[in-house]
Amino acid sequence: MTEYDEATAAASGPSLDAVLAQAHAPAQLDPNAPPVLTVRDLEMHFPVRSTGVVRRKIGDVKAVDGISFQIPKGGSLGLVGESGCGKSTAGRAITRLYKPTGGSVEFEGRDLAKVSNRGLKPLRREVQMIFQDPYSSLNPRHTVGSIVGAPLRIHNVVPKDQTLKRVQELLEVVGLNPEHYNRYPNEFSGGQRQRIGIARALALQPKVIVADEPVSALDVSIQAQVVNLLQDLQREFDIAFLFIAHDLAVVRHFCPEVAVMYLGKIVEIADRETLYSRPNHPYTQALLSAAPDVKQAAIGGRRERIRLEGDVPSPINPPSGCHFRTRCPLAREICAKVEPPMLQIGPRHKVACHFAGELGQHPADPVTARILGVDNAGNPDPGASPVELDDQPGFSDVWFDLKARTTVKP
Amino acid sequence: MWAYAARRVVIGILLLLALSLVTFILFFASPADQAKLACGKQCTQAQIAVTEKALGYDKPVYEQWAGFAKGVVAGRDFPIDQAQREAAPETVTHCAAPCLGFSKYYGETVNSLIKDYAPISISLAVVAVVLWLFFGVLLGIAAAVTKGSILDRGIVGLTLLVYAFPTFFIGVFFLKYVVVKWGLLDYPYYTPIAEGGVWGWLTNLWLPSLTLALVFLASYVRMTRAFVLESLGEDYIRTAKAKGLNSRAVLFKHGLRAALTPLVTMTGIDFGTLLGGAIITESVFAYPGLGLLTVQSSQAWDLPTVVGIVLIAGSFVVLMNIIVDIAYAFIDPRVRLG
Amino acid sequence: MEQNAHMDEKQPFLKVENLKVHFPTQDGLVKATDGLSYALDRGQTLGIVGESGSGKSVSSSAILGLHRGTNAKVEGRILLDGVDLLALNNAEMRKLRGKEIAMIFQDPLSAMHPYYTVGNQIAEAYRVHHKVSKKAARTRVIDMLELVGIPQPDVRFDSYPHQFSGGMRQRAMIAMALINDPSLLIADEPTTALDVTVQAQILDLLQNLQREFNTAIIIITHDLGVVAEMADEALVMYAGRAVEHGRVKEVLTHPQMPYTWGLLSSVPDITGDPNARMVPVPGNPPSLLSPPTGCAFHPRCVHRDKVPGDLCTTELPDLVPGPRGGLHLKRCHLADPESIYQNEVIPEIAPDLAEER
Repeated sequence: MTEYDEATAAASGPSLDAVLAQAHAPAQLDPNAPPVLTVRDLEMHFPVRSTGVVRRKIGDVKAVDGISFQIPKGGSLGLVGESGCGKSTAGRAITRLYKPTGGSVEFEGRDLAKVSNRGLKPLRREVQMIFQDPYSSLNPRHTVGSIVGAPLRIHNVVPKDQTLKRVQELLEVVGLNPEHYNRYPNEFSGGQRQRIGIARALALQPKVIVADEPVSALDVSIQAQVVNLLQDLQREFDIAFLFIAHDLAVVRHFCPEVAVMYLGKIVEIADRETLYSRPNHPYTQALLSAAPDVKQAAIGGRRERIRLEGDVPSPINPPSGCHFRTRCPLAREICAKVEPPMLQIGPRHKVACHFAGELGQHPADPVTARILGVDNAGNPDPGASPVELDDQPGFSDVWFDLKARTTVKP
Repeated sequence: MWAYAARRVVIGILLLLALSLVTFILFFASPADQAKLACGKQCTQAQIAVTEKALGYDKPVYEQWAGFAKGVVAGRDFPIDQAQREAAPETVTHCAAPCLGFSKYYGETVNSLIKDYAPISISLAVVAVVLWLFFGVLLGIAAAVTKGSILDRGIVGLTLLVYAFPTFFIGVFFLKYVVVKWGLLDYPYYTPIAEGGVWGWLTNLWLPSLTLALVFLASYVRMTRAFVLESLGEDYIRTAKAKGLNSRAVLFKHGLRAALTPLVTMTGIDFGTLLGGAIITESVFAYPGLGLLTVQSSQAWDLPTVVGIVLIAGSFVVLMNIIVDIAYAFIDPRVRLG
Repeated sequence: MEQNAHMDEKQPFLKVENLKVHFPTQDGLVKATDGLSYALDRGQTLGIVGESGSGKSVSSSAILGLHRGTNAKVEGRILLDGVDLLALNNAEMRKLRGKEIAMIFQDPLSAMHPYYTVGNQIAEAYRVHHKVSKKAARTRVIDMLELVGIPQPDVRFDSYPHQFSGGMRQRAMIAMALINDPSLLIADEPTTALDVTVQAQILDLLQNLQREFNTAIIIITHDLGVVAEMADEALVMYAGRAVEHGRVKEVLTHPQMPYTWGLLSSVPDITGDPNARMVPVPGNPPSLLSPPTGCAFHPRCVHRDKVPGDLCTTELPDLVPGPRGGLHLKRCHLADPESIYQNEVIPEIAPDLAEER
């Protein structure tokens, strides 16, 4: 424990009111906010090489395989999925820690995916990243002041003699004692270190922050502190967040909109209310039902859940058609043959599934067959007239009504 | 995996080519007149010119190097100049592939020089590596399992003390006290196995090899100790204990196998380097190995010999590296490729 | 063992009494576990909840005797079927390890030796305690791998740990732990490193195996949801001590200790009201070198003002039955935690629940 904390604790201890004042309601969606970041068909493929004398490229790991979404200004989008689904890779491709192999990332009229490394420097100020592990992502030999001050120096944001003052301001903003600028990361606890990482990301006053599992390495009692801090900062500085996490509960609290990824693709994207109470993709439904629930204590025993068999397949050799079909309780012939298109099925709800529907109400016939111009088994249907589908980031005013199987315009 | 090994060999050969080129260029950048040195002290201008032609020094560096490279692949005849060879066929020396050159200074091909000198360096290196590995690993493990005890501190302190003494001091100490003053051992002269049998060969290698081994002992003790301690802190050691294995099985079956893997790399590289000659030890004991040859030939500006030694020493290092990498694949299943 | 069980019919199968695990360090004595007591019967599951440094893992390693040979000081009594494990010599303890008491760990990748095949590592666990041929052990291991749901067990026997997926590795660890049919299984964060869908599979597996073998299970976790679904009893630890202990339903529906409230309020409940607030626990986890005086939780406690005087900062509360009855123990000076929970905490963290009442 640091002196700072001891001093406050010795005084009178934290009060309930003070803590409750810090407690935050979930962030709310502003449907009219303009998009600040538009990701279109983003692809991040890594080459797989042979083991011969000459290492030929023999395939790709399609870590991110064509994802599209928008992040509204000052809003946040959650990106959830299990390990290996490509969510972290997507975050790194957007911040250009990797150079995307396809697609575009539009930010203020420029395409981050294509900007040269030199042209990237001014843009890096605008798009920052917070990392998962507060232990390995901070250089143990640098003081907190030099870690937080580095972006200021690199980008010449403030005059040299003002750097310290700015660093101290930043430390104060994230709830650390500004006097501690000359301490080293190992003198801080996990939660405090994550605050240092947040202060570093904030230093350049970015418009977008990609937060890659920002709380999953922290103790549960600390997670809420950090999430609340991020919410405060978002409100105060109008920062847009891409919040990458595997914990659906934390994402729900922080993100009014959530996208679910599986094996490099987004399978469902919707506003919080829809995604958590009326998910239409069997994978989202399984994910939501998988997490153990504290409330079960009152009833006893295990919660009813959708049990998925097996593990996530390798992204080097993903299943044909729908990537999820090998673990899907609904999978049928068509799923192996045709990849389900991303369909908008509500005002702010898109899903990629041949048998999309609320839990227990999945249709008997594929909803996508007519649109794709195939029969119910997924074979080409010469008589059909397929519809040109183009998955645009964001949502349109028209959508496909699953029950009526027609396009509706409100 | 064999494809992997083949790729390593190809890279190794390219490396050696680059190595010989760099050595060539460095020597030509030196102020000394090669032909003059090769010819001897009382040489007329005309004799120098003849020598220059005989050894090819009249040609540009890249041509000399190309000729050298061709010799390695196909062998060469000396003198290089065809007119000279035809004029005096009795002086022609054939140097079979892989030809490393001809030393005017020694009047021999570099190959036959190395054939004479290398066995001594190899013998020294082999006995030394056995000595330092055996004692280094043994003491290192002993120190690790008794961490913090007097034994641990004693082992680490003592090996460090030995390490602090320079090789020539230890070598001279051995010769002066152990051999001459106390008469505990006979004065060591290198004896090939063909002459003295394995025992005669070995007894004459004790002292120089021990001198050489002591240089490496301290670092191997400390490394072994650190690696063993690190591996004993691994989660799988806890699992092994939780199974109910006794501490001996935990240490030897689970702890050591992972701990000693990095030592394989170190040993391979150190051994590879030593095969190219141990300059100080060979000098102290007057053992005519590659180290001694290196000293003599570089003092004499004997370019062909120096390039030959550099290449041979380099090949040893490259070869040992490939062997280490392949050995790794056998030890660690995670490294196993294709 | 069997005879003892008949003789002391009324004794619980596992009884931990005033367990202390202290580590002397250069900076002072670290009291990782400081006076922990609980009991557990066969076929029952105890969930130990706490954050890093709360002593939950350290106390469980002590049952297995994993602190032997280190400089840790272990005191108290650990009675397994009436035998005090701390009084056994090393050889006797070793005979119990892996046979009567088995453990599975958080990260199945680092818990397995990377150089040996999965099958051989499990077979080793079997052959330590059974004098059988390699072939017989192989058959037994393959049966066990099949039991824990590993496809093609005869082929997978010869695979190395890195060739397994995370879920498969944890299944293999469970097979290793259960191969000698232990009566006590300690699972230290068994699903923390796994994805949620795989976590559900592993928890299912543990529960089914428990039913089959009537094993007593201690499950160590930071996830109250896992405790709610898996455990019969819950024990909440903070700074090396139990701060709340009782039947799971009691502890999680009528928690009596502000730290437990904090844990419940700082994790949003996925099925609950989407508008519920996340109420953090202020401050940082305590240092074990110089733990806070009095109640270790007092620097982070928001309900100190409801305790008269400076009791919280000066006196360590005892672990005593709370107002709700004899088996629900709490370590807190608050006189009426139940009403504070119902009137102040619930409305904040679960407004929907508060309205129902």
